[in-house]
Amino acid sequence: MAINFQQVNFSYGAGTSLEQPILFDITANFPTGQVTAVVGQTGSGKSTLIQHINGLLLPTEGQVTVADHHITANTKEKELMRIREKVGMVFQFPENQLFANTVLEDVMYGPINFGYSRSDAKNAAEIALKRLNVSETLWEKSPFELSGGQMRRIAIAGALASNPDIVVLDEPAAGLDPRGQQELLNLVIELKTLNKTVILISHQMDHVAQIADQVIVMHEGKVAAQEAPEQLFNRDIQWFTDMKLDLPKAGQFAEKLRQQDWQFEQRPLTIKALTDLINSRGTTHG
Amino acid sequence: MGNIMIGRFVPGKSVVHQLDPRTKIIGTFVFILLMLWANTWSTYLVAAIFVWFTILLTQQPLKMYIDGLKPIFWLLAFTIVLQIFFTGGTPVLLHFGFIKVTLPGVINALFVMFRFVLIILMSTIMTLTTPPTSIANALESLLKPLKSLKVPVAEMALMLSIALRFVPLLMDETQKIMNAQKSRGMSFSTGGPVKRAKAIVPLLIPLFVGALQRALDLANAMEVRGFKDAEHRTKYRILKYKKQDYQAFASLLLFSIIFFSVLYLI
Ligand SMILES: Nc1ncnc2c1ncn2[C@@H]1O[C@H](COP(=O)(O)OP(=O)(O)O)[C@@H](O)[C@H]1O
Ligand SMILES: [Mg+2]
Repeated sequence: MAINFQQVNFSYGAGTSLEQPILFDITANFPTGQVTAVVGQTGSGKSTLIQHINGLLLPTEGQVTVADHHITANTKEKELMRIREKVGMVFQFPENQLFANTVLEDVMYGPINFGYSRSDAKNAAEIALKRLNVSETLWEKSPFELSGGQMRRIAIAGALASNPDIVVLDEPAAGLDPRGQQELLNLVIELKTLNKTVILISHQMDHVAQIADQVIVMHEGKVAAQEAPEQLFNRDIQWFTDMKLDLPKAGQFAEKLRQQDWQFEQRPLTIKALTDLINSRGTTHG
Repeated sequence: MGNIMIGRFVPGKSVVHQLDPRTKIIGTFVFILLMLWANTWSTYLVAAIFVWFTILLTQQPLKMYIDGLKPIFWLLAFTIVLQIFFTGGTPVLLHFGFIKVTLPGVINALFVMFRFVLIILMSTIMTLTTPPTSIANALESLLKPLKSLKVPVAEMALMLSIALRFVPLLMDETQKIMNAQKSRGMSFSTGGPVKRAKAIVPLLIPLFVGALQRALDLANAMEVRGFKDAEHRTKYRILKYKKQDYQAFASLLLFSIIFFSVLYLI
């Protein structure tokens, strides 16, 4: 399922004295079966942007299209419910949403809301828990007696339980250890092979370079760029300073080399590309 | 949720913002007392001019104050209707079966409405221009005399300022949890009353868990920084009346004199 933003403007508190315009003339698209990374400095409007995808926020002006549903300022709650079934949303620190007596009950909450029977909901929850590698011994436990990492995986399973075609992850790696982060990237890759449309907000450019098919750069409420990571990360270094964005680690290292008079066309984005670059010059530079 | 204006602080540099919070609390308190006295058209006019003048001094858009009145609209409408229908007297203007609408009833209703609106506007001026923690500090300072009666004024003020500090955090938290559960299909607009009441559980439990966690964190943070009792704490901001406060008190006195002159002489 593809998502399209057409000239979307958004203000918090529209129509009150505290009206605060946040998004300006957003036109962007998220193609089916691709991973789109949304990056940009804190406060640039990333979270506000993605909350339009399942109608938690409605555009003040313009339109968002999700598959064949149109979301505008006047879309009704009933229509939004149909869209929400198709969009799995994982917010920052999703473990804060857990509430049920058992892990399984909590993960079943979404499917039941979307009209599954109890046994269908149970099946769906079990599939999601398995996908997140939550061991079966935990399913009947209270979510509040588990570790932070386990709670996060259960919360993510809760968002994926109704098998949505679109999965949105808002800084899901925040506060995870490196291994947890890698597991999360693997999940994104798995979702992609299932032909899901994935949107990932991240501050870690290494993750972005590793798994994104396209990148949307937000800057002060506007889309500053929408392109493939190879293209984006080969932009002029000054542009990254302006956007207050980092390069992937390999790219940062390469820029240090450039200051030492190394010359190269393509900026290396992975450790592998960087070692290749160094090895190719190793013989001449001693 | 975002447009509740009563109790919201908007930073600014106006004279009213710079007044000592105690001045503003005393001023609001005196104003409310006076309004309970007001019972003629001219007294309301004098009070309205005073409020209008103060609003101008705050340098905030008038729309903010009007937004502030919106949440109490229904309360206001209800009170007015009660006043109109249940005040007796003559002359009778209209008959609805056993209910009579009388001229004193209508006048009474208008007075109650003006009283309500002016009091709310004045309180909005105070909360709009005073950070909540300053209000708590000012209360502590004003209630100091009660310490001799063994009332734990300092502790109460500290509790109040902590509670006030947590309000925006909890509002934020509520919004976040609501978003997460709505994304999982939570809906308040379908089903019968029982189902709707049940729908709030997935909101309340995470909210309580989060609030308790925060409270524990805060208690620990205070303890490791050596907090023992509120009584002997020193203050970073020391309250001190300045020239503008004396001017404000003078204006308040002037207003009261005019108010009573109008009340008893006209
Ligand atoms: N509920 C809200 N009400 C008012 N302003 C908000 C709200 N949420 C976010 N903002 C403001 O919107 C801007 C963008 O925030 P956000 O979308 O969270 O950015 P990001 O996710 O890129 O850090 C910020 O200036 C923030 O203060
Ligand atoms: Mg964000």
